[in-house]
Amino acid sequence: MNFEIWDAHTHLSGVPGATPEARMAALLAAADRLGISRLCVFMGMTWHYDPTPELLRQANDEVLRAVRAFPDRVFGFVYLNPKHPQASLDELNRCVRDGPMVGVKLWVALRCDDARLDPLVARATELQAPILQHCWLKITGNLPGESTPMDLAALAKRHPRASFICSHTGGEWARGIRAIRPHPHILAEICGGDPTAGITEMAVRELGAERVLFGSDAGGRSFASQLAKVLGAEIPAAARQLILAGNLQRLLRPFLQARGVRP
Amino acid sequence: MTARLAAPRVDRRDFLKATAVAAGVATLGRAGEGAAAAATVGSSELVDTNVYLSRWPLSRLPHDDTAALAAKLRSAGVTQAWAGSFDGLLHRDLASVNARLAEECRRHGAGLLVPFGSINPQLPDWEEDLRRCAEGERMPGIRLHPNYHGYTLDHPAVARLLRLAAERGLLVQLVLVMEDERMMHPMLRAAPTDPKPLAGLVRQTPGLRLMLLNAQRTLRGPALTSILGAGEVGVDLAMLEGVGGVAALLAGGVPLERVLFGSFAPMFYFESAVLKLQESVLSEPQLAAIRGRNARRLLAAGR
Repeated sequence: MNFEIWDAHTHLSGVPGATPEARMAALLAAADRLGISRLCVFMGMTWHYDPTPELLRQANDEVLRAVRAFPDRVFGFVYLNPKHPQASLDELNRCVRDGPMVGVKLWVALRCDDARLDPLVARATELQAPILQHCWLKITGNLPGESTPMDLAALAKRHPRASFICSHTGGEWARGIRAIRPHPHILAEICGGDPTAGITEMAVRELGAERVLFGSDAGGRSFASQLAKVLGAEIPAAARQLILAGNLQRLLRPFLQARGVRP
Repeated sequence: MTARLAAPRVDRRDFLKATAVAAGVATLGRAGEGAAAAATVGSSELVDTNVYLSRWPLSRLPHDDTAALAAKLRSAGVTQAWAGSFDGLLHRDLASVNARLAEECRRHGAGLLVPFGSINPQLPDWEEDLRRCAEGERMPGIRLHPNYHGYTLDHPAVARLLRLAAERGLLVQLVLVMEDERMMHPMLRAAPTDPKPLAGLVRQTPGLRLMLLNAQRTLRGPALTSILGAGEVGVDLAMLEGVGGVAALLAGGVPLERVLFGSFAPMFYFESAVLKLQESVLSEPQLAAIRGRNARRLLAAGR
C-alpha cells in the first residue's frame, strides 16, 4: 500500500537558515527524504511563551512568508494569545479569513479551559479552521499557562461544533488519550514525545484511527523519530493511511473547499 | 494554494525492505517524482547496539518477548543486536537476571543477540557478577544504569568497576536515561545520570572501551565531544533528535568512528533509528561506519 504523508506540526525554529523561506526550504528538504509531501507550520523563527500583539504579528508574518514561498507544500496555522483577545481575533481574520492560513495554534500563554478562549474558538469555528492546542502532562510541573488534555476536554465540551487537535497527545499519552476519549471532536496528534512504542496502538484502540494525526514537531524533533510512531506501529494499513494524511485532509477539507482549493 | 500536489507516496513494505536489506539511505520519494525509489548501498551489515530483553517494568511493549523481538530485528535486517535486560533496572538478584539474559540470547538469538549483563556496583560482591559475565557467560560487555541503581559517577566504586571491566576486556555501555524525565511514573522517577565525571574517568582508566546509550537527550555539543575525545568512547543514535540530526551531529564535531547505530527497541519503535539515517544526507562510507563498522571495531578491540 502506498502512503501519502502530511505533517500536522512543524516549526521554523531549530532549523538552519536566516530567513523563513530558507528555514522552510531546509524543512522541506528533510521531509522529502522521508516522503512527506505537506507540512503545517506555525509560530515563527523565535518563540515567545506569552507574546505581545506585536510579537504575534511578527511570528505570523514569518509563517506567511514561509507559506507563500511554498504554497503547494505548506499550510500555515495562525499563532494566537488568548490574553490579547482583540489582537488575536484581528490576527485570525488577517491570516485565515483574509490570508492563506488554515488553522489556529495555541501554545502556553493561558490554560485552554479559560473563558477568554471562547471568542477565539467561536470565530475559528465560523471560519471552519481547526484549533491545535499544545497539551502536556509533566510530572516535573507544567508552565503556568500550559494546558493539559483535561483542560482541552473542558474547552471542547463548551464548543461541540469546533475541531480540536490535542497536540503531543498530552505528552504522557496513556493519560492524555483517556482524557480526550469522550470527546469525538478532539483528535490526538502524536508528535513531540519520544518514539515510545505503543502510543499509536493505544490511540487507535481507544480513539479509533480516524481520530489520530501524524505530526513531527520538527525542527525540535526529527521527522524520523515521529514518523516511526506510525510506520513502526502494529496497526492496519488503512489506519496508517488515515493517520499519515487522511485525517488531516478530512479536517481541512471544509476550509479548503470553501476557498476552492483541492487538497 | 491552488495547485493540487503531486505527492510523493511511501510504500511501507518497500520501505521496510529498503531499510532492512539496503542502507537506510533510500530516498523514499521526492516531491514531483511520485513514487518511492529505494537506493541501496553495498553494506548489508546492521549492528543494533541498544536493545533490551524482558519486560519494561511499567507497561507492556510491542515485541517485548525475545522471540518476537528477534523476529522483528531479523525482518529489519539487523545482523547483530547488543542486548541488555529491563530486569537489570530494578531486580536485585542480578546474577539471575544475567543468566536469564544469556540463556534468552542463546535460545532465540542464534548469533543475532549478544548479551550485555547488568552490574550494580552498589550491591555487595558485585565483582562476582562481573566475573560471571566475563568468565561464565563469556559476555563481551556490560550495561550500567546508574540512575536506577542510585549512584553517581563520582562514586569511588565506579572508577573501580571501569578499571576491572577494562582489565577483563569488557566493553562498558553506560545508559544515561531510560525515558523522558517529564513523563516518568510518579512512583518511579529517575533523574538522568550526570555525565560530568566521565571524561576524567575515561582518561584515568587505561584500556577502557565505553559506549554511551540514550545519551543525546541530555548530553550534546562540547560536553559530548569532550567525553568522546577522552578515550575510546562511542555514542548511539537512539535519543538523537533534530532535523537531519545525524548529519548535524557529524558536522558539529563528533567523529564518525564514534557514532553507532542503536534503536532502543523495543522501548522505542525500531524504525526511528533507521529513519534517522535516511533523514540525513550521508555518504556510503558514513552509513557503513554507523551501521556496523564502528560497532564491530569497538567490540573487536577487546578480544
